[in-house]
Amino acid sequence: MSELFYAGGLIAIVSTLLVIVQSNVVHALIYLVLSLLAVAVVFFSLGAPFVALLEAIVYAGAIMVLFLFVVMMLNLGQASRDQERAWLPPRVWIVPCTLVLVLLGMLLPQIFEIAAVTNSPFVEVGVKAVSAELFGPYVLAVELGSFLLLAGLISAYHIAKR
Amino acid sequence: MGWIEWQVGSGLNIASILLVVIVVAAMLIWVERRLLGFWQDRLGPNRVGPFGLLQVVADMIKIFTKEDWVPPFADRFSFVLAPTIIMIVILLSFSVVPFAPGVGVVDSNVGVLFVLAMASLGAYSVMLGGLSSDNKYALLGSLRAAAQMVSYEVFMGISLLGVVALAGTFNLREIVEVQENGWFVVPQFVGFLIFLIAGVAESHRLPFDIPEAEQEICAGYHTEYSGMKFGMFFVGEYLGLVLISSLITVLFFGGWHGPFGIGLLPPLVWFALKASAFIAFFILLRAAIPRPRYDQLMSYGWLFLLPLSLINLLVTGVVILAAN
Repeated sequence: MSELFYAGGLIAIVSTLLVIVQSNVVHALIYLVLSLLAVAVVFFSLGAPFVALLEAIVYAGAIMVLFLFVVMMLNLGQASRDQERAWLPPRVWIVPCTLVLVLLGMLLPQIFEIAAVTNSPFVEVGVKAVSAELFGPYVLAVELGSFLLLAGLISAYHIAKR
Repeated sequence: MGWIEWQVGSGLNIASILLVVIVVAAMLIWVERRLLGFWQDRLGPNRVGPFGLLQVVADMIKIFTKEDWVPPFADRFSFVLAPTIIMIVILLSFSVVPFAPGVGVVDSNVGVLFVLAMASLGAYSVMLGGLSSDNKYALLGSLRAAAQMVSYEVFMGISLLGVVALAGTFNLREIVEVQENGWFVVPQFVGFLIFLIAGVAESHRLPFDIPEAEQEICAGYHTEYSGMKFGMFFVGEYLGLVLISSLITVLFFGGWHGPFGIGLLPPLVWFALKASAFIAFFILLRAAIPRPRYDQLMSYGWLFLLPLSLINLLVTGVVILAAN
């Protein structure tokens, strides 16, 4: 499973980088979908198939479809691509890249330290186990989340009505 | 099949399932035209080979030798990517379908969710196809397709949950095994109807082929496609039809089990018989029902099917709780 983990992680990192540097918004969205699917593979390799498939259904399959839907309605053409390219000349990348490298340099030793300590065996957590946790000790959080979604639904309905 | 050791996930198994599924999907081009002809008092294609059986071969030669043209104004990357997505996601969905004991690709514990995930990724195919074509008809078609597929996915998922709750598992093979003494179509008849309707909408076939309604928007999202790229959309639609029929068989009609525990025929034959019956039913639907208007489709889904599927799930839950 660890090969799957590294493969998924590598694809996720590369495709996320491609999302950032793309000037064509549709291509960027395609890479974002790929990145989310790679994250799903990472979850799967860690023994969480339920979370992996929810990631694929909810994020890659539903939310990104809505993003693409909005892009389709805006009908961005060549003009927006040129503007995007004009906004991001190579020298803009210097400062953020340095900051990211500094952060990465600080994070990496920590990650390797944790990896050396917790070398826990692979345990697959099935759908039933996740549901029992969600509707057992975490039931309050689930209910609060559903309140929030219901409020969002009602306000969207209200705005659409006017 | 005593002379070969059938085992889930063996190389022979995977290769034969892939071959059979693609050949069946290609043959459906001929089956559909013949059956439509039969129901409309015409002959249908009957010239090439016995009963016109070789019509498929003729169509394939035609589609492979046609000029494969990418319009200069199209976005090449997404234009080429779009038709491959639908083929890949539907063929991947077949990997979790249990055809018979020992026949299948993967025995996944989250099979139902995997099918739903693949169905939701299938929406990208039509959306990218229409968007990259840079054609107003294609864009209109893919806008319609996106809204239709995202909406009907919701009821499709909820209508399945009744079966999942009764079987107590997301594993499609276990769902079939639970149905040995009674098919889920009886307790979950409402769920079956919703799944059937959502399945037609999800594979956007007539009567729900609004994304490619010829009279309104040319060919919809695949207006600019030609040659084998169009062929992939075309065969992808038939693959979707085979997939929906297999899923209905697995989830609601006992998979490879015969009715009332009758085991006269081999399991694979029972499965094929039931799946073909549903494929024929879908073709009959196409011949019998006119296309609804776009707003009728959406309001029917959200205002009728969604509440119905939620009530179905609620009642199923109450019955299961009361029975325990």
